[in-house]
Order: sequence, then structure tokens, then C-alpha cells
Amino acid sequence: MKTAYRTAVHDALRDALRDDPRVLLMGEDVGRYGGTYAASKGLLEEFGPDRVRDTPLSELGFVGIGIGAALNGLRPIVEVMTVNFSLLALDQIVNTAAALRHMSGGQFSVPLVVRMATGAGRQLAAQHSHSLEPWYAHIPGIKVVAPATVEDAYGMLGPALADPDPVVIFEHVQLYNTSADIETLVPTDICRAAVRRGGTDVTVVTYGGSLPKALDAANELSLAGIDCEVIDLRVLRPLDDDTILESVRKTHRVVVVDEAWRTGSLAAEITARVTEGAFYDLDAPVCRVCSAEVPMPYAKHLEQAALPQTPKIVAAVQSLFGERP
Amino acid sequence: MTDTKLAHELLTDMVRVRRMEEKCAELYSAAKIRGFLHLYVGEEAVAAGSLRALADDDAVVATYREHAHALLRGIPMTSIMAEMFGKQEGCSRGRGGSMHLFDASKRFYGGNAIVAGGLPLAVGIALADAMLQQKRVTACYFGDGAVAEGAFHESLNMAALWNLPVLFCCENNLYAMGTALERAQSQTDLSAKAASYRVPTLAVDGMDVEACHSAAQQGVDHVRDTGGPFFIEFRTYRFRAHSMFDPELYRDKGEVERWRERDPIRSFTEQCLGDGTLSEADVAEIEQAAAGEIEAAVAFAEAGTWEAVEDLDRDVLTPEPAR
Repeated sequence: MKTAYRTAVHDALRDALRDDPRVLLMGEDVGRYGGTYAASKGLLEEFGPDRVRDTPLSELGFVGIGIGAALNGLRPIVEVMTVNFSLLALDQIVNTAAALRHMSGGQFSVPLVVRMATGAGRQLAAQHSHSLEPWYAHIPGIKVVAPATVEDAYGMLGPALADPDPVVIFEHVQLYNTSADIETLVPTDICRAAVRRGGTDVTVVTYGGSLPKALDAANELSLAGIDCEVIDLRVLRPLDDDTILESVRKTHRVVVVDEAWRTGSLAAEITARVTEGAFYDLDAPVCRVCSAEVPMPYAKHLEQAALPQTPKIVAAVQSLFGERP
Repeated sequence: MTDTKLAHELLTDMVRVRRMEEKCAELYSAAKIRGFLHLYVGEEAVAAGSLRALADDDAVVATYREHAHALLRGIPMTSIMAEMFGKQEGCSRGRGGSMHLFDASKRFYGGNAIVAGGLPLAVGIALADAMLQQKRVTACYFGDGAVAEGAFHESLNMAALWNLPVLFCCENNLYAMGTALERAQSQTDLSAKAASYRVPTLAVDGMDVEACHSAAQQGVDHVRDTGGPFFIEFRTYRFRAHSMFDPELYRDKGEVERWRERDPIRSFTEQCLGDGTLSEADVAEIEQAAAGEIEAAVAFAEAGTWEAVEDLDRDVLTPEPAR
């Protein structure tokens, strides 16, 4: 049976609310509206307005309230409509949630989950479309995950809630309508990267909304005789170096696909780790496919041109082989 | 004044704070304490009066000027002093310093050095209490500077909207660092801002410890009875510089002197001696006890140990339970 990513998010939220009375979902329009991306439709009716709590448009305030509630016995899931809006709450996430355990000498952990939509592709222009995951991945004291599959859209929420520390979940807007054949949804882990496609010639490292594009590229390249291994990072902090380096030692070539801007990106971090950890295994320089360094434009053709796309990934992989392998 | 016991406690609280901080300033000059050090000298009546109105299981969220609140909530002076020295025997294991005193066992949630950063936190703590049906109060301290931050307005709004048990304690010392209230606020009546969110308010003379205590009692009673928020503006004054780096170019010495004439410790002492509530011997005994406590705290901090550098990255994340 086909299950949509959106449904998986919804079911994960519903099951979390059902399984643990300490869980509450709060954010802008999560209740009566049913969630900006309809991920929480029906939950208000099932769990009531205390546990599915519509907030005013006060990102800083309600994320901070989530932190306080987490400190005092609840397991809040705070939804921020999009990563661009989360900048209004960045102070509470970075200065409080991430720092509290350390600056209290280990006395206060913050078991908070923050979910937000990220990424471009819907012509929402320069204040709703960015991929700022690398900013969050920079911060010690939080975990950052990016479910790219339907399985993970469901499976990552449970372990995120069980984690004693803050976990930020990024859901790429282009994934909500994707679907997969799945019998039953179960909890996954939030520690390891996953090899989504085994291959021997080149390692393509990616995450979130770029995973389907990377897999499409791999299929195309296989017709040309290039066998790609596709790694889905899943966890953006802490990075699973082992899975990446193990693959690189096998394939000797790496392309990193990251919808964020190239400068200071996760792609940059992974490139650095590969050169630190597997430099002598490389047969070619590490290659990156990132978004063009412009605020996201509105016009469809320009937006599409700004983003990593399957043909760009194909070209990047091919560039690593002077001739056919 | 008839309640000798309360008078004794209030004076003791104020004196312990004042003498501890005077010692801190000295230790700062001696380079034993480093970083920022924000002293509360002049404002002691606010913490002393208000914290006495709380029950043991109530929560406190404070600011970076929080030595008084930490001490009077029951964190031992020894571990506060060790924290300021950066020793691992400190109440935050030396990871926090003067601005980040914490104690989970006292429900003391810090020590927050982002102005207004503690307000959403306090509202969240209160939200959990409300949802878990704990009839507890969260007292949230902040200065007049915090009122300019969006977090203040967002927090007051949601605390009122959701009827949450927060006692908002605004310590209005008239300056946000070096910026005078009237240079920062179009509306200088801070209670009016809280009232606009339909939070009941009270403004009180923050140099009068009894007035602070009775206002806080009224606020705490309201919060406990209604389960909803209450706002108190304590009108007070900081006698010393903002921090140890402040040359105080923004206010004139005459203004400081005029406020010093209303020193909360001196005036309360004179009042208690005048009406016979306390004797000279009582006052001397309070001073002597504070001096002894400070001496022991400094000795404890001096004897404290430095955490091993190998442990640098501990407490960034919660360790996984042993399997």
C-alpha cells in the first residue's frame, strides 16, 4: 500500500500523542488549521487544544516555552512553519536549548523536539525556501536530523522524543507528496547514515530533499555504466563519518549534493572530513553540487536553475571520470 | 513592625547578599573571579523580599545579575563562590560562572545572560506545571531592559492567553546597561505594558524590603489561587556599575548618591532598631554570621579543584545510559 510522507509525519505525531501523555504538539496553525502542510490534520479533534496547541505568531516565545516545558516534565514537539521563520527563534535554540546542559554543569537536559519545513521548489521565493540545515548542524548541544524517506518521516520522531537532548527535524517541502510502498511504519534510529543504493564506482552523499534527485541520477548513470553508491546522511549532527569514509574507501570518488549554499555548507564539512579521513583513497577531487548563491528567486525557471538537479548531479559524477570507467 | 522573625530573616538575607558581593568585587580585583561580574548592590530588598514569598517547590528563573537569587533560594554560598572561581565544586561545575548559576535540586533554572531569554523559559515551566496539574509558581526575574525585547511581549501574551502560573518580577533599576529607561521606552510605566496583556500588576518601592515582601506575597497568592500570571514592578536602583568594566559615563554621581541615601539595608536596619524589632546585638550577630559564611565560602572556593581538561566535552549531550 502506498503511504505518503505527509501521512507518515501525521501518523508519527498521532502515535506519539497517543503513546505518551507528556507529549504535546505546539506551533502556528497546528490545530484548527490542521498544519500548514496538513501534517496534523485531525489531531486537535483527537487530543484536544491543550495537547495540540495553536500558538500566536511568536516563534521566539513558543520555542522558548517548549524548552521550559521540556525542562519541567513534558515532551513538547514544537513545529516552526519553515526554517526561515525559525531564525526568529534561533536565540532560544542556540543560546538556551543547546547550551543549557553544558552551562548548568550537566544538571538540565532539554528533551525538546523542533520540527520545521525546509527547502525550495514551490516558488515561495527568498523568505520561505532556504536550506539552513547547516546552520543548525554547526551547533554543539543539539541533534539535527533530516528524514528523506517515508520510513524515516515516521520512524525518526519516536527516537527524537525519547532523546534527552534537543532534536531538530527538517522536513523538505518537496517530500510531503512523495510516497512509498510500506507495510507498517516503525521507529528507525537517529544515529546512522543509510546507504540507499549500493554501488562501486562513486559515492554520492546527500540528505533530505536532494535524495530523490540523487537516486534518479544514479539510475541514469547506471545506464551509462557508472555504478553509484548513494548515501543518505539522515543525521546532520552528529555526522556519521564511518559510513561515508567506508564507502569512499571502496569507490574512491565522491560527489556531495546539498541544497544549501555551497559556502560554509554541510557539503563543505563532508568534503573536509573526506579529505581528512580518506585523502589517499581518493582518485579524484571531491565534487559538490549545491544551490546557486542567490536568495531564492520566485520565477519558476530561475528557482529551478538555482537548485541542485538530477542533470547537474549526473554531470558532476561524470566529471570525476575523465573517460568512462 | 511586629514580626521579629521575619525582620531578622529579611535583614539576614540582604546582608548575606551584600557582603558576599562586596567580597566578589574584591576577588575580582584580585583576579580570582573573571569574566563578567554583575553586582546587585542596592537591589537586595527585591530578591530578599520576594523570594521569601515562594514555597520550596516553586521554580525560579533569573538573569545574569542573579547572585542574590541563587543564594537566597538556598544554593550554598560555598558552591556559588566556587562557581565564580571556575572550580568544579561550583554549582554549575565551573561551566557557567557568575552569569550561569544553576541548581536543579532547588528548581533554580539559572542564570540567563540573554536579556529576556528567561521569560519564555519560565512560561514553559509554568505550562508544564499547569498541564501536569502541579500547583506551583514560577517566579521569573528580569530587568527593565528586558521589557524592550520581543520575548517579553510574546511571553506575557502567552502566559495571559493560556492562564499560566508565572510571577513576573520586573527589577526596574532604571538602566538597561547604560541606557536610561526614558531613552529606551516610549511608555516608561512598565506595569502598563503588562496590563495591556490583561496581566494584573502591582508597582512597589524596591528599596523597601517589607513592601517587596508583601507585594510578592500578594502576587504569589494570586498566581496560586487563579493559576494565572501576575506582574510586579520593583522600582529599585543599582548602586554600582553595570559590570566591572563600566566607567559609568551615563549617569551622574549625584543621582547615585541620592539613591544611596535610600540604601535598603541601612534604612531597614534603622527602622528595626528604631521600633525595637531588632537589637544592636541582633544586627551585629547577622553581620558576624555573614562574615563567617563568606570566609568559609572563599576558603572552599580556594580549595576547590580544576576540572580535568580531558573532560572538556562532557555535558554537551546527555551521556547514553550504561548498557
